[in-house]
Amino acid sequence: MLRERGHFMTETAYNFAYLDEETKRMIRRAILKGLAIPGYQVPFASREMPMPYGWGTGGVQVSAAVMTPEDRFKVIDQGADDTTNAVSIRKFFERTAGVATTTRTEEASLIQTRHRIPEAALAEGQILVYQVPIPEPLRFLEPRESETRKMHALEEYGLMHVKLYEDISRHGHIATAYAYPVRVEGRYVMDPSPIPKFDNPKLSDCPAIQLFGAGREQRIYALPPYTRAASLDFEDYPFEASKAEHPCALCGADDTYLDEVITDDAGGRMFVCSDTDYCETRQKERAA
Amino acid sequence: MSPLLSVRDIEKRYGAHIGCTGVSFDLWPGEVLGIVGESGSGKSTLLSCLAGHLAPDRGEVIFDTRTDGPRDTITMSEPERRMLSRTDWAFVHQHARDGLRMGVSAGGNVGERLMAVGARHYGEIRESASDWLGRVEIDEGRIDDRPSTFSGGMQQRLQIARNLVTGPRLVFMDEPTGGLDVSVQARLLDLLRGLVRDMGLSVIIVTHDLAVVRLLADRLMVMKSGRVVETGLTDQVLDDPQHAYTQLLVSSVLQV
Ligand SMILES: Nc1ncnc2c1ncn2[C@@H]1O[C@H](COP(=O)(O)OP(=O)(O)O)[C@@H](O)[C@H]1O
Ligand SMILES: [Mg+2]
Repeated sequence: MLRERGHFMTETAYNFAYLDEETKRMIRRAILKGLAIPGYQVPFASREMPMPYGWGTGGVQVSAAVMTPEDRFKVIDQGADDTTNAVSIRKFFERTAGVATTTRTEEASLIQTRHRIPEAALAEGQILVYQVPIPEPLRFLEPRESETRKMHALEEYGLMHVKLYEDISRHGHIATAYAYPVRVEGRYVMDPSPIPKFDNPKLSDCPAIQLFGAGREQRIYALPPYTRAASLDFEDYPFEASKAEHPCALCGADDTYLDEVITDDAGGRMFVCSDTDYCETRQKERAA
Repeated sequence: MSPLLSVRDIEKRYGAHIGCTGVSFDLWPGEVLGIVGESGSGKSTLLSCLAGHLAPDRGEVIFDTRTDGPRDTITMSEPERRMLSRTDWAFVHQHARDGLRMGVSAGGNVGERLMAVGARHYGEIRESASDWLGRVEIDEGRIDDRPSTFSGGMQQRLQIARNLVTGPRLVFMDEPTGGLDVSVQARLLDLLRGLVRDMGLSVIIVTHDLAVVRLLADRLMVMKSGRVVETGLTDQVLDDPQHAYTQLLVSSVLQV
């Protein structure tokens, strides 16, 4: 009886994973188109979600559209599973889809992320969903949408290099550290969302499906598994993924992206992995 | 030798109103053609049609392309036309801010066209930009400054450098000296004349200022109410105008 009731409530109060089937089909069509044209921004009719824009509504809609009852779901916000934003999105899908959740990257079949790619290598069969604030990499120099669309269509990407040129002339090196643009399979230039450029090499040739959802801007784009994504650069200023100057103070890793954390009132600080799951797993392994 | 540009029977209407009509001419390689006429005579409309910024209602604009020879630029695909605009063609606007990126440094403005055609070596792009700033008499120390910090004359010279850096074969100019002080105009004209001569540029320059074409143009086309009323060698037209309207234009200059 209770089970039936629970089932009944799921059916009427909200559909599986909140969105109605027609909306999910519409979003899946956009995702499929995105996978067919890697790096191309596909417009979609973004729906009102029970959270404000800027809280990952694009990512949430993409997750909802691809989620199945068998999924094991993980949410990270700047690498952490326990921020308010990550917790509320995880709870949202626990409630509306009843899916199992996890903090372990290797165990998750579906991962929604804001601003990071997990340190642990992703595998075939996994889907990584990015929350995207501004999908258009050409926006900063060319605000006209009609014009940027044309520039993508005609592969007129000189402007992207003007931005990098400006970086070097001002700072002596390419100072862009986040949302570093990539050229996908030699065709579309894509904004990988504000991940650190440290993560850029992981975009390329990744065994997992990578989906990008921008709610406010109503765009979806995608990288199918094993797609080449080359970070833009100059011959004499080649792309370099930033590298930490310290090992992680907690797990000792010297090849991860680190956050600086304040440890006491006296200005004490240390550098630790931004990917909390990866760091904790390593700490446990070292203790064992 | 074949013409670089053959214009045939161009017409552009704004509703029932005629922007320009019945315009035909040939432009030869290395030639500077001046288009003169009072304000509203259709000069800018014509230039926009020639440069592909406006679609004319009828006529042909046949450009002698590097790879495929003469092609009608009006019926060619938009990607092809846009490619021409950033390689073989250049357009100098009257207002520098229409032709410059005000949020980008002088060097970035000059380098943009190079990057647009595939330059990917920062040092070489910067060297070209620096060289071109020098050629338009802008202190190379200003290379990282934004054009908003430049005077009107400097902005216009920067716009010219930005356009010429890729060695275009045809340059369109719409009132390039308009809105500048007289002494600034004179310096810009000298500079333009030097560049045209040194680079052997083919130019179509629109102006209402007869002094500008006297100095720059080999040949003149006089427009009135959207139509060409007189054409000829510059000195001939200015010294011995045939059409009553041209006579009026010339005499009004002489009076001031
Ligand atoms: N966008 C427009 N819409 C309607 N009429 C226009 C437009 N642009 C120009 N015109 C008209 O077309 C004629 C030619 O204008 P224009 O080519 O700007 O002349 P010029 O450059 O010689 O001053 C004028 O009568 C002008 O009012
Ligand atoms: Mg005009």
